[in-house]
Amino acid sequence: MLYREAGQFKSTYAADQQLFPILQDRIAVIALLVIAFIVVPLIGNQYWFSAIITPLLVLSLAALGLNILTGYAGQLSLGTAAFMAVGAFTAYNAMLRIPHMPILGAFAIGGLCAAAVGIVFGLPSLRIKGLYLAVATLAAQFFVLWAINRIGWISNYSSSGVITAQRMEIFGYPIEHSRDKYLLTLAIVAVMALAAKNLMRSETGRAFMAIRDMDVAASVIGIPMMKTKLLAFAISSFYCGVAGALYAYCYLGTVEPEAFTLDLSFRVLFMIIIGGVGSILGSFLGAAFITLFPIFLNFISGWMEALLRVEMSHAVVSNAEAMIFGGLIIFFLIVEPNGLARLWQIAKEKLRLWPFPH
Amino acid sequence: MKRTAWAAAALSVVAAGFSITASAQKEQFVPANFYWVGPYAPGGSGFGGGIIDYMQMINERDGGINGVKLTWEKCETEYNNARGVECYEREKKHPPTGATVIHPLSTGITYSLIEKATADHIPIISMGYGRTSAADGRVFPYVFPLITTYWSQATVMIKFIAQKMGGYDKLKGKKIALVYHDSAYGKEPIPILTDMAKEYGYELTTLAVPHPGNEQQSQWLQVRQTKPDWVILWGWGVMNPTALKSAAKVGYPRDHIIGVWWSGAEEDVLPAGSAAKGYISAGFNAPGSDYPVMKDIKKYVYDKGKGEFEDKSRFGSIYHTRGVVAGIVTVEAIRLAQDHFGKGKPITGEQMRWGIEHLDIDNNRLKQLGAVNLMPPIKVSCLDHEGSGLVKFQQWDGAKWKVITDWMEPDRKLVRAKIEQDASQYAKEKGITPRDCNNDSL
Repeated sequence: MLYREAGQFKSTYAADQQLFPILQDRIAVIALLVIAFIVVPLIGNQYWFSAIITPLLVLSLAALGLNILTGYAGQLSLGTAAFMAVGAFTAYNAMLRIPHMPILGAFAIGGLCAAAVGIVFGLPSLRIKGLYLAVATLAAQFFVLWAINRIGWISNYSSSGVITAQRMEIFGYPIEHSRDKYLLTLAIVAVMALAAKNLMRSETGRAFMAIRDMDVAASVIGIPMMKTKLLAFAISSFYCGVAGALYAYCYLGTVEPEAFTLDLSFRVLFMIIIGGVGSILGSFLGAAFITLFPIFLNFISGWMEALLRVEMSHAVVSNAEAMIFGGLIIFFLIVEPNGLARLWQIAKEKLRLWPFPH
Repeated sequence: MKRTAWAAAALSVVAAGFSITASAQKEQFVPANFYWVGPYAPGGSGFGGGIIDYMQMINERDGGINGVKLTWEKCETEYNNARGVECYEREKKHPPTGATVIHPLSTGITYSLIEKATADHIPIISMGYGRTSAADGRVFPYVFPLITTYWSQATVMIKFIAQKMGGYDKLKGKKIALVYHDSAYGKEPIPILTDMAKEYGYELTTLAVPHPGNEQQSQWLQVRQTKPDWVILWGWGVMNPTALKSAAKVGYPRDHIIGVWWSGAEEDVLPAGSAAKGYISAGFNAPGSDYPVMKDIKKYVYDKGKGEFEDKSRFGSIYHTRGVVAGIVTVEAIRLAQDHFGKGKPITGEQMRWGIEHLDIDNNRLKQLGAVNLMPPIKVSCLDHEGSGLVKFQQWDGAKWKVITDWMEPDRKLVRAKIEQDASQYAKEKGITPRDCNNDSL
């Protein structure tokens, strides 16, 4: 009853094509932003900022980057973590070697370098597709980590290859408290998510989707194959690079190359598969599921133990959590192969008809 | 009906929460953030089991420390930095005084926590792992790589080799190969071994083994080609038994392989079977269940059915006693802090930092603790957060580890210079002004 667009008439093209054409959606998004920017900083504590929300936002951004490439442009990639690593280490070097470098500038340089690396490793996409391309992007994963490990200059000759993020400051205001780091991450993620949402409705986004759906047909109607595919790699890697820089600066504070292993690439891939391939919202939902659910399960098992007053061996509980998590992933994929974003869409459609479905 | 049940359940949870805070007056909370699942679970559960067993024993035998009971809560980190940070954030505000001290038991997690814990005033004890240069207490006031660091260990290994060959001068022209886990952890000794190579004239070959290390044929073929006189094995987890098996395959004598202390537990040699016989490893704690402190743990904890291990054969294993050593330094530092800030009162993180920094466990105290030879004596100061640096060597005889040397001194001058150099670089990068150790208040 509440969620109904009856009576909302569009009299201009602009009104019809706006980002959220339904009034309720607009209200919901604005409310969400207000909550995230004002209410959460007021009520959240350090645990929530630094252990839950900030990593969630950072990984959402990485998933969003991969989703642009895999979900919208149809190019399978296993190099996400490598592009994140490029972003993190380049941002570090930019801060270290360029005097008076503003932190946002360093993030942008990190993203741009990641985009450049992404273009190089995207070149095979002009010839190969699908799983074969995934194997080619795997090369990025191994090469980047190898380079960071072997070339001392990248980690400023740190004996163990670990880098420590420098102090952050924006217009003289130090970003030290976890709340400030959260707000910085949130602002960057919000702007970039909005940009992605718009980009995917633009000509570029449509070209991506045309290539995803059938690249031969797309090239026949005049979409330049090379430019579009490489652009998809560049944009996606830019997002991943910024996510990597945020991972280093706003989340962990120190980064070792081992933080960006293939394991992380797979995790991000699972996020978009579970959240919804080809959906901005799906990237966020997937990241939330993969990062928060294991922690939630951990709390649940603690409560269960307290409630039932039974003492279980910790090893058994930990292993059981991993098993339940794996089982749930399979369950979700069977029930809704198109991901959590699709579930949300179905819920919205149902709501529009409620309470009188046909 | 259902709703009533839920309400009752919720109420009981709240009540349980209250009962914790009500009885929290005389408690000292130590987080147990270790790992019980995954490829490194033997290390995590063994070390975690040791420290918890020791704290349990203190509670059972002495009724806590001057009447303050030790409490702990387990949190699974999976040896994963992100989960480690989450566990830390979850437990740091635990009543009554927050986390007293944190043992991250992972070099990666230690690196991630250095800044956070320093800001939160919670000391980190990274015993035998973590950032080596944190031993400079002027730059890292809240980080304690206690007992010994990777760099100290590397110098002792070279000393051990020199002893075996009959003096440092015999090292000239000899070949030493480092087979290491290709990660931050494995690369840690390379600079110091290179420096020593220049000093003593041996030739260093480094062979990286990619994670996880279950395929090492090419590295050991290279070992066969270069024929090093000694091999230093810097492995972790499944890499260790694989290295020993591969060495046996290429016919490299195992009694010329020296492992780091994370390559020297029962779990590292048993899977290699007979291939491990004769293999030597370093250690800063000795295995065994005959020490008086271990007997007390058996009597007050295991005989009452409160022990951490279901598999009793792990009692007294290397990882277990290493955890007990961690328990000893933790409890001794709390005791010291209580003596200074008020007996019988829970202490805070800042007070704990003072306690660790003034820790002085000499042979006399070790005797009272029943831990002579289990761990080396240790004396921490503001300048030196390592406190000892002593290392022992042990050899696997096919059934158990046998200690073959006494405590050996590291090359302090060399290690200290490198530590100060690295620490001052860190201080410069982060804009930290090192503390003045002569003017040390809380």
